[in-house]
Amino acid sequence: MKKWHRFSIARFRAMLVKEFIQMRRDRLTFGMMVGIPLLQLVLFGYAINADPKHLPAAVILADHGPEGRTLLSSLQNSGYYNLVRQVKTEVEGHDLLARGQVQFVVNIPENFSRDFVRGDRPELLVEADATDPGTTGNAIGSLSTALNMALQNDLKGPLESLAVNNGPIDLRVHSLYNPEAITQYNIVPGLMGVVLTLTMILVTGLAITRERERGTMENLLSMPTRPIEVLIGKLVPYILVGYIQVGLILFAARFLFHVPMFGSLALLLTAAAVFIIANLAVGITFSTIATNQLQAMQMTFFFFLPSLLLSGFAFPFRGMPGWAQMIGQVLPLTHFVRIVRGVLLKGNGVGSIGLELWPIALFAAVAMFVAMKRYRQTLD
Amino acid sequence: MNGESAIDVRGMTKRFGDRMVVDHVDLDVRAGEIFGFLGPNGSGKTTFLRMLCGLLRADEGRGTCLGHDVINESEAIKREAGYMTQRFSFWEDLSIEENLDFVARMYDVKNRRQTVRESLKQLGLTERKDQLAGHLSGGWKQRLALAACLIHKPRLLLLDEPTAGVDPKARRDFWDEIHHLAGEGLTVLVTTHYMDEAERCHRLAYISRGKLLTHGTVADVIARERLTTWAVSGPDLPNLTAQLRERPGVEQTVAFGNSMHVSGDDAVALKQAIAPFRANNYEWHQVESELEDVFIHLMDKSPDTSSS
Ligand SMILES: Nc1ncnc2c1ncn2[C@@H]1O[C@H](COP(=O)(O)OP(=O)(O)OP(=O)(O)O)[C@@H](O)[C@H]1O
Ligand SMILES: [Mg+2]
Repeated sequence: MKKWHRFSIARFRAMLVKEFIQMRRDRLTFGMMVGIPLLQLVLFGYAINADPKHLPAAVILADHGPEGRTLLSSLQNSGYYNLVRQVKTEVEGHDLLARGQVQFVVNIPENFSRDFVRGDRPELLVEADATDPGTTGNAIGSLSTALNMALQNDLKGPLESLAVNNGPIDLRVHSLYNPEAITQYNIVPGLMGVVLTLTMILVTGLAITRERERGTMENLLSMPTRPIEVLIGKLVPYILVGYIQVGLILFAARFLFHVPMFGSLALLLTAAAVFIIANLAVGITFSTIATNQLQAMQMTFFFFLPSLLLSGFAFPFRGMPGWAQMIGQVLPLTHFVRIVRGVLLKGNGVGSIGLELWPIALFAAVAMFVAMKRYRQTLD
Repeated sequence: MNGESAIDVRGMTKRFGDRMVVDHVDLDVRAGEIFGFLGPNGSGKTTFLRMLCGLLRADEGRGTCLGHDVINESEAIKREAGYMTQRFSFWEDLSIEENLDFVARMYDVKNRRQTVRESLKQLGLTERKDQLAGHLSGGWKQRLALAACLIHKPRLLLLDEPTAGVDPKARRDFWDEIHHLAGEGLTVLVTTHYMDEAERCHRLAYISRGKLLTHGTVADVIARERLTTWAVSGPDLPNLTAQLRERPGVEQTVAFGNSMHVSGDDAVALKQAIAPFRANNYEWHQVESELEDVFIHLMDKSPDTSSS
């Protein structure tokens, strides 16, 4: 009798064959799974802009003169910059940018004060993570005003003439990752996560509640099968569908929107697997609560809307209030959007992707646990 | 196998919230027997079958089904039992063949392809095997469901109203098949609302409001209630019915086309009750009580029969 507690490949295959046939016959759902990415691609061709403030910035302070300090405090006072840390080297600064931990690196070079006082127009370098142009645009725009205001007081007497010319300092802004501020570069990769969230949760939720609604669940449960066989048999076909969607979006990104792809696609596809599983687990959990397909659909949207709005996809993450960011941090989409943008636009590698991947993996594990706990092998 | 119990359960109980849907039912079904399970709508038949094959957890009760513990070993019971649900529960978007194939895979049937092919042939659906199950007529769906339940050669068949909505010829074929299978040693527990089907069972049980009221062979069940029944024919039976029902000793009247059965469990009182109506136009004679008379009697007797 104990023998039947083992996972059976035969029964798993039975489920798999059945699900594939059913998926093939269900034209509408299949069409929807291909149609949703296409529709979204068209809809989000236009981006939404906002005016996020208090963007985290790192400072490389190689000069300790008063002018540098004044400058930094005026950046802070402009409201756009939040100077969160000081780093020693440019490499360190770039690393923070790549991981998305800061939006800017402000570099005050050696002898800044001396050159300034001499009127040699010292260079002030600001590097920006411009992946999402909506986030950085206004902050960069405010730079020169803030600087002029800050240094006005210091430009009395002999230095007054400097103010008239090209300005007392040589301000350089390097927009990294998306220098031309093309919003599609930001939106299209993010769309991959949005589409996967919506369709993966919806489709698993429906696939399981449908069995219940049509009464076929009673039949399925009367057969000697383990929940794990049923669940995995149901999930695998949808994982494949998820990858079709990923492929579609990557194709559109490359050939329609000419989004650059710097990072490793293999890395991206691996991360996508974790993300897809997280969403499928949510779908199963919903299907154990919902009693019919309509409820499963409603629950999907209940989860999808916050994901869409709070993940940093639709609105700059840093433009959201703290509580919203906290919710956003929990949602897998938030991290996946960063992963996709990171891999494609920044060419990020395993190190920085891992930082965003583990919250998704944790979420997936918890959701899977809840799903397995709640999945009933009886009709009670 | 003979004389051995296929199902032997005691005190099976199921509550939904406060409602006792199956109330301490004991049942003993012998191997190779066709056992009928009857009762009004909502009396708990489906619920009882579901508990037997582990689809619902029993709140109380113990016993064995095919030698396996009915509470803890449902997995093993499922292996060796076939359960045909009351409502068609195969996949309407799979073809007939795909449905059979799915079930065969699920039970890990040996020589799967051949088994499915034979099953199709027996059903007489070989040419229509690619048709979607959802496009079959009601009667054919029932036949497909039976074939699918049999594909893994179960030792026990649990059939929940297998012939509801099936034409008389198909119904007879169905029962011939059941008897044939029982002859080969298969045990069948079948629920039905048809009296003629009940009479084709070796033994039967009657359940009402979750309580098992009687069980045994048809003759046992009829004899045990000691019901006296008179058949009457004549003019204006509805009027006669109304008058008879007022009289003490008359428990029930059941119309059968041009005649009517009048029954009661007190033979003397019943005879007195009908005496005034034995005149001229009416033709009376005492008959054997039938199963239907007995069941209606049981239903009326059991407290609060308003089934939900
Ligand atoms: N999952 C459930 N939750 C709550 N009540 C239920 C559930 N399933 C069945 N019931 C109730 O239990 C009672 C018995 O139902 P059951 O289906 O066993 O009756 P039945 O004898 O099979 O009736 P029928 O002849 O109409 O098929 C009914 O009143 C029904 O409403
Ligand atoms: Mg029923």
